[in-house]
Amino acid sequence: MNQRTKGWKLTLFYVILVAFAVIYLYPFLIQTATSFKSNASATDNPLSLVPNPLDLSTWKRIFGIGGDTSLPIMRWLTNSVVVTVVITAARVFLDSMAGYALSRLRFRGRGFLFSTVLAVMSVPGVALLIPKFLMVNYLGIYDSYTAMVLPLVVDAAGVFIMKQFFDSVPVSIEEAARIDGAGVFRTFWSVVLPMARPALITLTILSFQGSWNEFTHFLVTTQSPELKTLVTGLASLASGDLGAGSQYPLKLGAALLTTIPVAALFFAFQRYFVSGANEGAEKG
Amino acid sequence: MTVIPGSRRRAKAGGGIRGGEAVAGWLFTAPMMIILGLFLFIPIVMALYVSFTNWNGNGSPFNGGTNAEWVGTSNYTSLFTQDGLKRANFMQSLNNNFWYVLFVVPLQTAVSFFLALIVSNRFLKGKGFFRTAFYFPSVTSSIAISVVFLFLFANSGAVNAVLSAVGIKGPAWFSDSRGLFHIVLGWFGAGDNPGWGQGLVLGRSVWDWFAGPSVAMCVVIILAVWTTTGTFMLMFLAALQDVPVEVEEAAMLDGATGWQKLRHVTIPMLKPAFFLVTTLGLIGTWQLFDQIYVMGKGAPANTTLTPAYLSYKQSFTSLQYGSGAAMSFIVFVLIVVLTAFQRWLMRDKDIKPRRRFGRAAAVGVATQGTGTGGVR
Repeated sequence: MNQRTKGWKLTLFYVILVAFAVIYLYPFLIQTATSFKSNASATDNPLSLVPNPLDLSTWKRIFGIGGDTSLPIMRWLTNSVVVTVVITAARVFLDSMAGYALSRLRFRGRGFLFSTVLAVMSVPGVALLIPKFLMVNYLGIYDSYTAMVLPLVVDAAGVFIMKQFFDSVPVSIEEAARIDGAGVFRTFWSVVLPMARPALITLTILSFQGSWNEFTHFLVTTQSPELKTLVTGLASLASGDLGAGSQYPLKLGAALLTTIPVAALFFAFQRYFVSGANEGAEKG
Repeated sequence: MTVIPGSRRRAKAGGGIRGGEAVAGWLFTAPMMIILGLFLFIPIVMALYVSFTNWNGNGSPFNGGTNAEWVGTSNYTSLFTQDGLKRANFMQSLNNNFWYVLFVVPLQTAVSFFLALIVSNRFLKGKGFFRTAFYFPSVTSSIAISVVFLFLFANSGAVNAVLSAVGIKGPAWFSDSRGLFHIVLGWFGAGDNPGWGQGLVLGRSVWDWFAGPSVAMCVVIILAVWTTTGTFMLMFLAALQDVPVEVEEAAMLDGATGWQKLRHVTIPMLKPAFFLVTTLGLIGTWQLFDQIYVMGKGAPANTTLTPAYLSYKQSFTSLQYGSGAAMSFIVFVLIVVLTAFQRWLMRDKDIKPRRRFGRAAAVGVATQGTGTGGVR
């Protein structure tokens, strides 16, 4: 960041950046192209971005066109959508309620509760696989939508983000509402939440991304094929549990289908993604 | 861990005319308490209990009997003291994950810092595009990315195609269990399994302990660096924006060269960001699971086995939930201890702890500023 960066230096920077951009994006291009190739041409020309000949059989199979229903990918997609929508809606509502209470409402034990939220955020998720399985099993909800959704409807990081947000906005407007005689929930619902739009959008995006990409929780709380999501289905397809062999176009196509919703969300709401990533950073 | 100044103070100050706030407070936080209690705190206690039994998955783990006998601490101690397959696997998984951490954490920190330095150059055009490109892999599913890498690094995949174009015959990435250090030693003619490497430490030969990551594990290392640098780059970018312009100008006036400025001004000022990135890296890398599940489940020759995956396999495949739970608690403790150790290592004697946390938190707040103003 000198006053003037020399020309050759700037050129060098561009070369480096473009090289890295190729490394970071080319795999996704290969992935897309390969999903339109036949099995043979996928491995014959792994680098080419032009599927020649164009082969649509992968996508026909994914969308269940042509009678081949051996892979219920559409079922996985439906599960993913349903589970993600329910978890996201519940999270946004419950997290913002808890975040609001921790930031604004005065009650005994609030400080303790907030320290608990911070502690929960630092629990390594991988240590929770067996615990979650034990509880879900104990409650008799193993292998059900309830087991998939219920444990994820609140997340500590989301509560933390909302609390931080409410801490940063002035109280005066809500106080006016309260003085006018609105109850706590009424104030929260019709005054506070509409003001919290940016934070709510961030939270919605993070929740959507998190539950869409969720893997380990579904892995330990379900077993039947009817409950597979795109991510768990793709994992069993790729790791060979479904005996699919090395059908790269099919696997890459399914992986692409898994990536598309989050990618679309990412490009539409980039700036919220960025602020979310750094909200998460604060817990360090 | 972040201290939020003011929140406690505000709780005490202010008038108490608003009735029902305590009730509302508990009602608002009730769903959170129920879910976290039911699916986090109680389950951890349950798993801790199970780790002292030999539950085999049949019946209830809490009723004792032949299905879930109380075995005391033997699930823990046998992992370290009892010669056998279980200890061999566990030690190998720790060994594998250690190499993984040792490579990934410095690499991801260095690459993300390097990218942040370049992207933050104020004369550069198209910053938004590059930032997006580098960050994109971070938001996609780890499973989907692993599938892409399975194809890229396949024997006839894209990477080997590139290598053969420059005249190198690429390895069979996913079936090559040779350790990186063994390969390098082999170039210098060090024999296979020499005398000095014969001694056994915790049931594993010294030669094996120092094998380094296997070729297959190197793919996972590349994958990890590739997917995480974007996020960490954003954190560095935020911290870079936080460096006061006056400090930079003062350094310039004192005649510091670009390199000197970087070495003596920028990097010291970014210490909190480095701390944040390495801590998050350390926590994340010891939990390697998803990628392993997709990319071979520990194969070849158990060289990509990690404690996280082994604990899953031990429980859900071998149906030895007790020792599986014990493994996961060991990983848990390991992560906590390493984070504490790192905090101690990076402690700053000149700066009071409160200030250090303040800076770390400021990184996040500042990045938020970048988020709304920067990426367009």
